[in-house]
Amino acid sequence: MKDLTRRRVLRGMFNGAAVAVGLPLLNVFLNENGTALANGAPLPVRFGTWGWGLGMSKSIFVPQKTGPDFDLPEEIQMLAPVRDKINLFTNFNALRDAMPNLCHTTGWIILRSGSAPANTSARPGETIDVTVAKKIGTTTRFPSLTVSSTGDPRDTYSYESASSINSAEGSPLALYNTIFGSDYQDPNAKEFKPSPKILVRKSVLSSVDDDAKKLMNEVGAEDKARIDQYFTSLRELERQLDRQLEKPEPRATCHAVKAPPELKTGVDYELVAERHRLFTDLLVMAVACDQTRVFNMTYSKSFASTTKPGYEKPHHTASHEEPVDQKLGYQPMVSWFLRRSFESWAYFVDAFSKVKEGDGTLLDNMLIYASTDQSFAKIHSIEGLPMFTAGRAGGKFKTGLHLDGAGTQGARLGYTMMKTLGVEITSWGTQSNNTAKEIHEILV
Amino acid sequence: MSRGTQVQTVREWFRARSTGLVGGAFWAGVAGTVTLGIAGCTHLLSDHHPAAAAATTQDLGPAEAGTRARVRLLTSEQYTNVIHDVFGSDIEPGNPIPPLSRTDGLLELTSASVGVTAGQMMQLQRSASAVATQVMDNGNLDKQLPAHRDYLVPCKPKKADAPDDACAAKFLKSTGRLLFRRPLSGAQLDDLVGKAHHASAQLKDFYAGLSSVLEGMLVDPMVLMIVDQTEPDPAYPGRRRLDAFSVASRLSFFLWNSAPDAEVLKAAESGAINTPAGRARVVDMMLASPRLENGIRAFFDDMFAFDDFDTLAKDAMVYPNVSGTTLKDAREQTLRTVYDHLITRNRDYRDLFTTRNTFISPPLAALYAVPSVPGWVPYEFPPDSPRVGILSQVSFLAVHSHPGRSSATRRGKALRELLLCQVVPSPPPNVDFSIVEDPKANFHTARERLTAHRSNPVCAGCHRITDPIGLALENFDGAGQYRLTERGAAIDASGSLDGKNFNDPPGLAHALHDHPALPTCLVKRMYAYGSGGPLSDADKPELTWLDKRFAATGYRVPDLLRAIALSPAFSEVAEIPAVPAPPAKTASLTAPRPAAQ
Repeated sequence: MKDLTRRRVLRGMFNGAAVAVGLPLLNVFLNENGTALANGAPLPVRFGTWGWGLGMSKSIFVPQKTGPDFDLPEEIQMLAPVRDKINLFTNFNALRDAMPNLCHTTGWIILRSGSAPANTSARPGETIDVTVAKKIGTTTRFPSLTVSSTGDPRDTYSYESASSINSAEGSPLALYNTIFGSDYQDPNAKEFKPSPKILVRKSVLSSVDDDAKKLMNEVGAEDKARIDQYFTSLRELERQLDRQLEKPEPRATCHAVKAPPELKTGVDYELVAERHRLFTDLLVMAVACDQTRVFNMTYSKSFASTTKPGYEKPHHTASHEEPVDQKLGYQPMVSWFLRRSFESWAYFVDAFSKVKEGDGTLLDNMLIYASTDQSFAKIHSIEGLPMFTAGRAGGKFKTGLHLDGAGTQGARLGYTMMKTLGVEITSWGTQSNNTAKEIHEILV
Repeated sequence: MSRGTQVQTVREWFRARSTGLVGGAFWAGVAGTVTLGIAGCTHLLSDHHPAAAAATTQDLGPAEAGTRARVRLLTSEQYTNVIHDVFGSDIEPGNPIPPLSRTDGLLELTSASVGVTAGQMMQLQRSASAVATQVMDNGNLDKQLPAHRDYLVPCKPKKADAPDDACAAKFLKSTGRLLFRRPLSGAQLDDLVGKAHHASAQLKDFYAGLSSVLEGMLVDPMVLMIVDQTEPDPAYPGRRRLDAFSVASRLSFFLWNSAPDAEVLKAAESGAINTPAGRARVVDMMLASPRLENGIRAFFDDMFAFDDFDTLAKDAMVYPNVSGTTLKDAREQTLRTVYDHLITRNRDYRDLFTTRNTFISPPLAALYAVPSVPGWVPYEFPPDSPRVGILSQVSFLAVHSHPGRSSATRRGKALRELLLCQVVPSPPPNVDFSIVEDPKANFHTARERLTAHRSNPVCAGCHRITDPIGLALENFDGAGQYRLTERGAAIDASGSLDGKNFNDPPGLAHALHDHPALPTCLVKRMYAYGSGGPLSDADKPELTWLDKRFAATGYRVPDLLRAIALSPAFSEVAEIPAVPAPPAKTASLTAPRPAAQ
């Protein structure tokens, strides 16, 4: 392998050799230190989110030890293989001030937007992924991708505003077609010729909104804002077409993936896990092929309705109706559901860490944020919320740590992540959630 | 009708309305003209729908009422219907528009407030591209696929590899009119033909060029958004009304859940749609059209929250004979029953909840334990059957249950919220379940469990308004199968609905049938659906009028559709911007909240 040169590898690939040959090949695309692309551009940092419903069973979730080498209590034992690639945050709070505690809503909205909602249809501000995508998602084909392992497009933790929710893709096959369907340009393809069809498409779009613009004076302010957003989205579409006219950077670990099977409807835990696996594998390749740099995965919605065949209560119902086992000190079936969630979280983290990039892994150049809606779901508590991150954000984040937030704002993590990803803000969050205090323990 | 007479009619119409005396005297005066107006199209009227002339002798509703001009994004179903109606049902558009959440009980009302994100725009573009490619495809003889271009493009280009402006113009003019729901202006058409010329030259392919332009049209905001455009109302200085094409679109999405067809557009072009006689003629034609079935099904699918079926699954260990097909058929069964009862037979809306007539498919026959016959067949449950009305159909019972058990609370809540337009508050954050979860208590039935739960006064308030309804349906399990016992204990299916007591599911059905909120809730939902957005206090006079009208016509839905479509409020723009309606009345005034069961 030693005498492989960049040129040789490229030639080999251009002759149709399989791209997923060997992982060390990757470095020949990079500069000598393996820290940047061969053309000098720094390796991109990507941002992802992962959402699960119904929190944790505190007594068997929160490690005794903080800092590195933290213990993994019963409910999160399965995280052992990825423990050093993640950080676990416990005892952080979502502060609602005078707003109501909206069951299964207030908690996740504060953690994702920094603001407490006034009612169940309110969506204050925008979610972190949207802010981050404006910063780092402007050069890829998709500014962001959003999926849900429940199969329901409405199960999403991402929104631009109350009226613009980023719906989730619920079908892995549909996601495959979106990314790797007919408009996909293999970044490692032998030849690149800008598609004349895309050129034409672009020129057709350029005046599409002229007539609609004339209407702007006739409609009310809210509708005007919606039409305006439509135009903005159209312009974004044009920019996306522009990107398709440029030759993509070769991506050594990008390789062809097979179309996943169509899955049946439902949220039986095995089906959810299978959908999650298929989505994860597609997202890994979407990132490896630089089709997107921002993505959102819903494992379960906030009112998680995951079921176990033969057990009559879905997860959410069980969280309220199952008694706390006095001997164990927790709700056994509720914990059973939560353990299935964390198994999928471990799979998710591991999948990105299996792909080599530079002198590390894809995950090293990523930051993934995982959040939930409640701490103790039985009583809809939003005190002491758990959160995770995964990845080193291009060397800016430490990993393998358990942090005790001592009751400070969970929004601090959102603020820390956005600062790290280059979003220019001096503080984040509203009212009591507002913070300018980074969680410095995790910063390199 | 001469132009002069038409103008005269309009003037008289508005004069009568402005005096507030819309009624017999005025209509007697114009009846002659009105009848003339519809004389040529009686063939379009079916037996079920009264002739236009008959309706126009009646009061059309409060003259001062109006609705907001709105901007609505097409729903996923509307988008599909438009593509199918314009290009044929074998053109597959995919699902580029995500499902909505509910506003005031209906998904449709949310379309007046959703935006289009960049991610969604990309989905729309991919769908547009797929549709345009299919429309222009050249078929495949080996695979027996038709060449769509041969019949969807109304002309042949002089040369297949070069622009042909005349042929492109012909296609774009007719297709554009249907997609934009109004004729293209000269400048607009010139622009599109110019783009097609450029694209066809660039791609050296006439059809590929035309396909690109079609793709662009399909992501145009004026195609994907229903934008109500207004014009000064000639009868009321200072007031505005929807322009004729906006009326055409509003009618069409209301009655057909799709765009207007060529006939309806013609009535908009001539302006007839904005006269009482012209409007009546168009509405009767639309009510007689086969497209009405799509519209009726879409409305009730929305009102009954059947979109829940899209993600519904049952626990296969608990209900081994319920598959995805069974659930799909359950939804279909109720929609067929609804259309047959309300439209084909033109029966009383309230009887929908007591009828024994329905349709059965083989997978459903197994669940209902009735003999199986291939295909969909009409079926009447015997008089001693507990299956009475659509509440006792698998659809309602299964969709408002848990995956592995029934839920009296969910069923009760659904009945109140979906059918009576009441709001059941959400459970409080800190529910104490300690009584129900006591393992020593050994509850057998839902009634035992819920009775224990209601001993907690915080929970009792709301559970008292949901459970006595749902418990009467406990003879049906979480998949809608009939049962007499639960965990070995006999089921007591007694209950009550706002003061009426009963002992079994048919008893509940009859109590619901007689509930005063049943018809008024339909009026409320249908009027909001038709006018395209949430209601406000300003709509009260119109609703009161419609309620009376619905009762006077024996609760016949075609009459209600017609009354809404012909009312001045349907096309007059409300002068005062509508403020959001205050929260609907809750079923209990003292109401603390129930816990989810």
